[in-house]
Amino acid sequence: MRVLAAMSGGVDSAVAAARAVAAGYDVTGVHLALARNPQTYRTGARGCCTLEDSRDARRAADVIGIPFYVWDMADRFHEDVVDDFVAEYAAGRTPNPCLRCNEKIKFAAVLDRAVALGFDAVVTGHHARLGADGLLRRSVDLAKDQSYVLAVLTREQLDRSIFPLGDSTKAEVRAEAARRGLAVAEKPDSHDICFIADGDTRGFLAQRLGEAPGDVVDALTGAVVGSHSGAYQYTVGQRRGLHLDRPAPDGRPRYVLSITPKTNTVTVGPAEALEVDRVRATRPVWTGGARPAGPVECEVQLRAHGDVVPATVSLDGDGLRASLRRPVRGVAAGQAIVAYRPDPAGDVVLGSATITD
Amino acid sequence: MAYLDHAATTPMLDEALEAYVATAREVGNASSLHAAGRRARRRVEESRERVAAVLGARPSEVIFTGGGTESDNLAVKGVFWARRAARAERTRVVSSAVEHHAVLDAVDWLATHEGAEVGWLPVDAAGRLDPERLRAELAAHGDRVALVTAMWANNEVGTVQPVAELAAVAAEHGVPFHTDAIQAVGQVPVDFAASGVSALTVTGHKLGGPTGVGALLLARDVAATPLLHGGGQERDVRSGTLDTAGIVAFAVAVEAAVKGQQEYAARVAALRDELVERVRQAVPEVVFNGDPDDRLPGNAHFSFPGCEGDALLLLLDAQGIACSTGSACSAGVAQPSHVLLAMGADDDRARSSLRFTLGHTSTRADVDALIAALPAAVERARRAAALRTPR
Repeated sequence: MRVLAAMSGGVDSAVAAARAVAAGYDVTGVHLALARNPQTYRTGARGCCTLEDSRDARRAADVIGIPFYVWDMADRFHEDVVDDFVAEYAAGRTPNPCLRCNEKIKFAAVLDRAVALGFDAVVTGHHARLGADGLLRRSVDLAKDQSYVLAVLTREQLDRSIFPLGDSTKAEVRAEAARRGLAVAEKPDSHDICFIADGDTRGFLAQRLGEAPGDVVDALTGAVVGSHSGAYQYTVGQRRGLHLDRPAPDGRPRYVLSITPKTNTVTVGPAEALEVDRVRATRPVWTGGARPAGPVECEVQLRAHGDVVPATVSLDGDGLRASLRRPVRGVAAGQAIVAYRPDPAGDVVLGSATITD
Repeated sequence: MAYLDHAATTPMLDEALEAYVATAREVGNASSLHAAGRRARRRVEESRERVAAVLGARPSEVIFTGGGTESDNLAVKGVFWARRAARAERTRVVSSAVEHHAVLDAVDWLATHEGAEVGWLPVDAAGRLDPERLRAELAAHGDRVALVTAMWANNEVGTVQPVAELAAVAAEHGVPFHTDAIQAVGQVPVDFAASGVSALTVTGHKLGGPTGVGALLLARDVAATPLLHGGGQERDVRSGTLDTAGIVAFAVAVEAAVKGQQEYAARVAALRDELVERVRQAVPEVVFNGDPDDRLPGNAHFSFPGCEGDALLLLLDAQGIACSTGSACSAGVAQPSHVLLAMGADDDRARSSLRFTLGHTSTRADVDALIAALPAAVERARRAAALRTPR
């Protein structure tokens, strides 16, 4: 079987490629050039998409002994991930760009091109299990589990995906990298958003969306309690950096409850007002198989690395509804709701959808 | 493996490799005054004479360098600086749109950092320069032109330029003319004096010598300000301890390549013509790029409509066939060829191109391997490229 290993220049994808070779696949390494100007993206120690990462990926491919190429995905990445990221914030939502990149780039544009070129599957270094039963499960390393950002993949996409790291902890992956002589063994994990060079998401958005001053309104009294320079700079559940003019009457901290782009208003209120026990979502993807016929008892996760809550998920027209067994705070529109079926052999991803409210 | 990328680099000739190893075993710095130094110096000077003799230059006109990029930079920047130092109004550089990056980027650097104006000479659809365009350029700006630089033969599409005519036009206006002849030496007849050029770049690894050694032939009446300062080697134009073994091997290779040029060109051009014919049969819609007649004997350059060159390269590479697309940026991303764009190709055609270059070790088996793999690769590359159409 001919497989294409997506190599970011980090330790995970390098070990994944090496394991694919060890498993007997005919492996070709590809580094995705995602930056229109590679200098502007994060340096190798912190993210992806830099010249240093490209070199690290090439060097890892040399050591593993596989052919290596760089694919220019910058235009697609900007359209489908970066522009989408900005548009989502402008619409008052909180997107997850890694999830979008998996959905549109790694397991779409890259996978489609790979298949057209005669490859059978794409190999990545995501921490998730995808075994012979075809089910996507959490990694054994729950701290590093990435099943949440893979839950947007369809059955067809998963059928052409290989995740060799799901049965290993990050520590085991690093140890194996060192054993295999891969120089990236000690390379720091990537964090934050790769296309925001300095980690300043607000500044990045302000640059693209411009200043748009508006009011911060108290949910209980309806009074204007502050001002902002752009509603897109806020996320539901946020407490810090609100710069309110007046403290709440009861002196308790206030949180962002909602963002209304139409009136350019940020609404704040007490912590308990953040609590929701019902979530609606759109564009469901049934990763774990067919679209369920009726309500599903499962566990849901409402953001990356977020807590898991028991819930009943039901179909609702084109979308779905989830009734949570206990209230959750800080659920933001634009994030994904991912449904899992608890399983001792690794919780199984049933599907996902994009939270609307 | 079918190695069809001789224009990138070609295997060293046995005699050059042997000369390299034998010389590298000897100790001696050619600048030292003792016997070991004198021996090294003698090897260097003998090599200089050999290179000069076969390329129609005087030994004193041969400046050994660290290769083609250095020679091009020395010619472009060094002659610009020296000519401007002599007369301040000489701030214009005339170059062609199809130069190798070693010239192109050096010219751009002068424009960005030294305030140079650039007159870019266009090419026709075959990649050929028109001496009349140079005549018009020099008639308009001749007094202000520091130098003209135009390659002897194009590294991508293989078109051979009318260098002697171009040099004659430059000479009418008393402007030094540099030519990057890296792809030409050993492939087509190259005679420094007879061509009338003032400066000529040649490098070792394109003609069977080692990588990292080359020369700039620089006419004695043309001054160049050094890029490298130090021990004052090479007429004070190129400081740095002479690479005796590299220079000896380079001279052996230059001599062999130039002496064998006619026989080589006849054999390789026949094989190239066969390759072109068989590619056309295998992929009828292929577009053959470059000048059909005035071209390098080993060069075959095609556009494959509906394909991306980098996808084809990957697929052929997987079948053991080495070829080349245009240039890639420092991150390794394929760029549309500036040469094809200058020839009037659109972005798609520029991205769909592939270069096959034959050399002294090429055989019919290499062509057979290419033809066996090409149709399936084109088919797949086309499917991949179709995905790019707007969603």
